[in-house]
Amino acid sequence: MDAVAGQDDTDIDGKRDVLISVRDLVVGFGDRTILDHLNLDIYRGEILGFVGTSGGGKSVLTRTILGLVPKRSGVVEVFGQDLDTLSEEQRSAVERRWGVLFQQGALFSSLTVKQNIQFPLRENLKLSQALMDDIAYAKLEMVGLKTDAGEKLPSELSGGMIKRAALARALALDPDILFLDEPTSGLDPIGAGDFDELIRTLQQTLGLTVFMVTHDLDSLHTVCDRIAALGDGKIIAQGTIETMMESHHPWLRAYFHGTRARAVRSDR
Amino acid sequence: MAPASLLDVRRDGDELKAIGSGVWTSENADALEQLVTNATQAPPPETHSAQIDLSGVERMDTFGALLLERLRRAWTQEGIEPRVVGLKRRYGVLIQEMSRTGREPHPEPRRQEATVERLGHNMVDIGKDARLLLNFVGATVAAILRMGARPRTFRFTSMVNQIDRVGLRAVPIIILITFLIGCILAQQGIFHFRRFGADIYVVDMVGVLVLRELGVLIVSIMIAGRSGSAYTAELGSMRMREEVDALRVMGFDPVEILVIPRLFALLIALPLLTFIGSMSALVGGGLVAWFYGGIQPGVFLDRLKDAISIDHFMVGMIKAPFMAAVIGIVACMEGLRVGGSAESLGAHTTASVVKAIFLVIVMDGLFAMFFASIDM
Repeated sequence: MDAVAGQDDTDIDGKRDVLISVRDLVVGFGDRTILDHLNLDIYRGEILGFVGTSGGGKSVLTRTILGLVPKRSGVVEVFGQDLDTLSEEQRSAVERRWGVLFQQGALFSSLTVKQNIQFPLRENLKLSQALMDDIAYAKLEMVGLKTDAGEKLPSELSGGMIKRAALARALALDPDILFLDEPTSGLDPIGAGDFDELIRTLQQTLGLTVFMVTHDLDSLHTVCDRIAALGDGKIIAQGTIETMMESHHPWLRAYFHGTRARAVRSDR
Repeated sequence: MAPASLLDVRRDGDELKAIGSGVWTSENADALEQLVTNATQAPPPETHSAQIDLSGVERMDTFGALLLERLRRAWTQEGIEPRVVGLKRRYGVLIQEMSRTGREPHPEPRRQEATVERLGHNMVDIGKDARLLLNFVGATVAAILRMGARPRTFRFTSMVNQIDRVGLRAVPIIILITFLIGCILAQQGIFHFRRFGADIYVVDMVGVLVLRELGVLIVSIMIAGRSGSAYTAELGSMRMREEVDALRVMGFDPVEILVIPRLFALLIALPLLTFIGSMSALVGGGLVAWFYGGIQPGVFLDRLKDAISIDHFMVGMIKAPFMAAVIGIVACMEGLRVGGSAESLGAHTTASVVKAIFLVIVMDGLFAMFFASIDM
């Protein structure tokens, strides 16, 4: 790449830019309150790891931000806009700027991988078929798949390939924010490590902001810039992995100093 | 942003110069592609140096980077090695990444079958279907025989649950539909028979038709649509979530656990529903005969006693369990054939209902021939 001469960026300043801000969020089902006056900020350009007990509401928070679960009260601002006050059109403009990787991939099973990636392109942009094909294959290569995966149906892919193909679809429109729901669950340690690295590379390449719900201690150690922990419907702690390790909260101590956590640390 | 200003290609002395500006993102990708195509299709000859100046590009994403890469590759092929200048540093990685992709050829798209080819495949599939059906009947009979040796393995609770779902809960809709059919039949009969002054023969017609044919046919078709499709969808989604495989690796036979209780539930429920449906149709016919044809209920019943014999009733009832077996076996077979996708589930559920109804009507025809030959 010696043909590319660089020029310094001038438009990135020191101030941290909040992309998503959640304020006083209350979500519940029936008489059960899952999220209780929760506050959380996600900053531009970071990879935020989100941990919490099973069934503690991690997925509920993600789904509430995405608008899949109704909230009781509170405000969710994305790109500085309150999602409740947006018109239908403005909302879909916001939705075009985020990509979501669901836990099981959620690829459309009747479409080939290529058609899956092209689906958001086709719906939102007017592009020639040749360009859509080029884009789809470029995204496939970016997530580390061979181009011949493009003509396969999701049922013909392995678990790891489904995750990668789903990631390619989430990245189809070049989103600003990427939501990942347990991206490494169901992958072997090598595959999970590769996937972590892939997320880091893509984040740097595309300037992404990543919100990652995860249980993978390796991911938390290696790729996350910041970690937020959910407990009793609130954020009980947030900060770097070191802050987490030093926390005295009993659940965090158990989480980050348990046998599995020790195993991870002795590996490095 | 006027599209023309995204990319401007011109000669500057010996050099070919492309000046990019504006926003090179997905929104402008279509316009930019046009400009890139124009630039690559007409390269002015006798030039060996070119420059792509991107200092005016404010934002760029994969779409812009991909198109830049296209331009570079096209010019490089022409023997002009372009230099890229003025690129913001943060897009360096992206451009580099893009220059790595797209080197492999795109795979062949999935081939669509031609009409004749599809016709051929369909014919072969029908043959395979028939064999699979026979196979499945065999597996079911084998499972029943195994169960006969060890009756305690029969899942009685599961069967009762299924009877509740396909039998008891189907009663209201069966009563309603057959009642309406009975009404319509009587009304049509009276309307046409009245011209010959033969109103009273409507009782013969309704009685014979309902008991021999319509009762069991309507109920079978309803149950194929209502319960057959439910069986297929249930078993199909269990297949999709590997529940059937889970049973198999635990040493259970899915046919024994999933199919047999469902099949027996239908074998018990369908004759009962046929009886209820036939009675309901007779009631409907009787009411219309009374209010529309002026045939008093007493007269209707007397006439009915003369017109029909126990044979007519038996003909209908004997057919019911056979219909149940056909519906149950086809529905379960299709359910266990569902593949991994939602589309496959839909296709097999449709196939289950269509095949079950088709076979029910074919069977009815065969029974008609059989009963005619034994004078029943």
